[in-house]
Amino acid sequence: MSMLLEVSGVSVSFDGFKAINNLSFAIGPAEMRAIIGPNGAGKTTFMDIVTGKTRPDEGRVIWGERNVSLLGMSEARIAREGVGRKFQKPTVFEDQTVLENLLMALRANRSPFAVMFYRSNRADLDRVEELASEIGLLESLARKSGELSHGQKQWLEIGMLLAQEPRLLLVDEPAAGMTPAEREHTTAILVEAAKTRAVVVVEHDMEFVRRLDCRVTVLHEGAVLAEGSLDHVTANSQVIDVYLGR
Amino acid sequence: MSDSFLKRNPSVLIFLAVLALFVLAVTLLAEGAGAGVISTSFVKTLGKTLCLALVAVAMDLVWGYTGILSLGHFAFFGLGGYMIGMWLMYARTQAIVMSSLAEASIPATESEITDAIGNQIFGVVGSSEFPLIWIFADSLVLQLVLVVAVPGILALVFGWLAFRSRVTGVYLSILTQAMTLGLALYLFQNDSGLRGNNGLSGLQNLPGMDHVPQATLSIWFFWASAAALALGYLFAAWIVSGKFGSVLRGIRDNEARVRFLGYSVEGYKLFIFTVTAIIAGIAGALYYPQAGIINPAEIAPVASIYLAVWVAIGGRGRLYGAVIGAVFVSLVSSWFTGGQAPDVNLGFYTLKWVDWWLIVLGLSFVLVTLFAPRGIGGLVDLWSERRRPDRHGADLGPGAGALREKEASK
Repeated sequence: MSMLLEVSGVSVSFDGFKAINNLSFAIGPAEMRAIIGPNGAGKTTFMDIVTGKTRPDEGRVIWGERNVSLLGMSEARIAREGVGRKFQKPTVFEDQTVLENLLMALRANRSPFAVMFYRSNRADLDRVEELASEIGLLESLARKSGELSHGQKQWLEIGMLLAQEPRLLLVDEPAAGMTPAEREHTTAILVEAAKTRAVVVVEHDMEFVRRLDCRVTVLHEGAVLAEGSLDHVTANSQVIDVYLGR
Repeated sequence: MSDSFLKRNPSVLIFLAVLALFVLAVTLLAEGAGAGVISTSFVKTLGKTLCLALVAVAMDLVWGYTGILSLGHFAFFGLGGYMIGMWLMYARTQAIVMSSLAEASIPATESEITDAIGNQIFGVVGSSEFPLIWIFADSLVLQLVLVVAVPGILALVFGWLAFRSRVTGVYLSILTQAMTLGLALYLFQNDSGLRGNNGLSGLQNLPGMDHVPQATLSIWFFWASAAALALGYLFAAWIVSGKFGSVLRGIRDNEARVRFLGYSVEGYKLFIFTVTAIIAGIAGALYYPQAGIINPAEIAPVASIYLAVWVAIGGRGRLYGAVIGAVFVSLVSSWFTGGQAPDVNLGFYTLKWVDWWLIVLGLSFVLVTLFAPRGIGGLVDLWSERRRPDRHGADLGPGAGALREKEASK
């Protein structure tokens, strides 16, 4: 199976500190992957590199069937290529309604002129309502998203991510601040999404990772320490030393 | 479609109705067209105020909605004024020169006429040659194109350089101030080609319209300014009403997030910066014929700062707030600085408003920023919230009118 995203030999350092050290990582077009690792292992920096926020010092990031390099593309361009990202801290546009947030994220032409002449149509509103009911915010479409609870903001951001219809979802701690029932729902949404696209989940919570039931990559000091099923990596003595044993 | 646009934005309709009533009232009372209660000079002041309101709407688009605190939009305003001023001055001087040469016994040659016009215009800066930038000055159409093109292209080039390097926040504000200062200093030079610190004058006289009294001209310009404000307001309201407005406000609140949604933030900023510069240029082109004179002091850096002050006092992030701020502050300001406000005698010191007005303005800017960030326009919220209370929280009872969580806990 050809890979959707291939990161190979990537290194980046900040002021002499090697945040990512010769990291290689690959994911297929319809695959779920969990990334775990202690604080400072380079999980967020990894996402920054893939989404174009940080330029690596060396290495390659190859994307899609045409094997284009993501390095040198702007963040916006990478997002349009189909990389969606959910931040650890929910970042929604608080001054705008849930509907406006979702409409903005909805997959469509992003050029200024197309957006200026865009007027919401039935098909788009139906899609937004469908998403909103999936994330339990159908009743709140007209509310300002700043009024939502922390958990609801998380949901809204997941909804915006799905609305973008990305081919690769990078999700940073999606379950933080959620109740057990909400966590289960999140798991279901992510598992469903992974049937048609690639999903990378960064998570601390082992129970959550277990429920995702997928391959796990363990990062440590900016490099891959182990990769495989959760049982496989948790049996690895190095992994136990650096992460689980603490 | 336009039906639903006005229905979704009732404030636009209210604004246009108020503007129409205002125009009607001024027309009926003015010297040029009606009862003669309002003097010609005050009609001009009102017309100029409408132009200032238009540039304030542009400022609100770029600052209030997109979060780019540009302290250079008055430079674009001034450039628009210079562009129309060049034609006004050239055409009028040409008419004067032609009529004086017509009395000579030998008909003047083409070059003699040009030299005479050049002498008239540039004699004051010790020159008689037409600089290259006056090449289109004999054509009203081309100068009107330049009214749009010169501020537009300057904003496009400046914005492209600044936004591409991701200059944001206070650094961008400083950069725009530097641009404004640079432009003003350049224009102050006698060899800038725009008559140095003398500026362009006599702009109140429309060439070929000598038979029309100023009283009538002032009303024409007043109408034109009102029409431009109405169109500019409609355009601005349309642009911020849909998804485009969503993206602009998104850029203001969290531009990194907008980028990760796939929108080219730099492209949007450049677009809004350029469009608002063009609006400012048009406003300036209508303002200076009513003022009669333009000189480099008009685009001094502080003018652009006043613009930000108006928008802040009126209430940024709402278009009518910008209009209210510009109209209110500039009219009050001309009242205080025009010597009409009575001096206050404190016994030991006489408060002269001409001197103290700037301090009052500065203080009110600080107070508004600290205690009423929504500005004068925020008063509208008080009224609309009382009319339709903002009800948060879940329903406690069965019906829509039942007490809600938050209300019950109060």
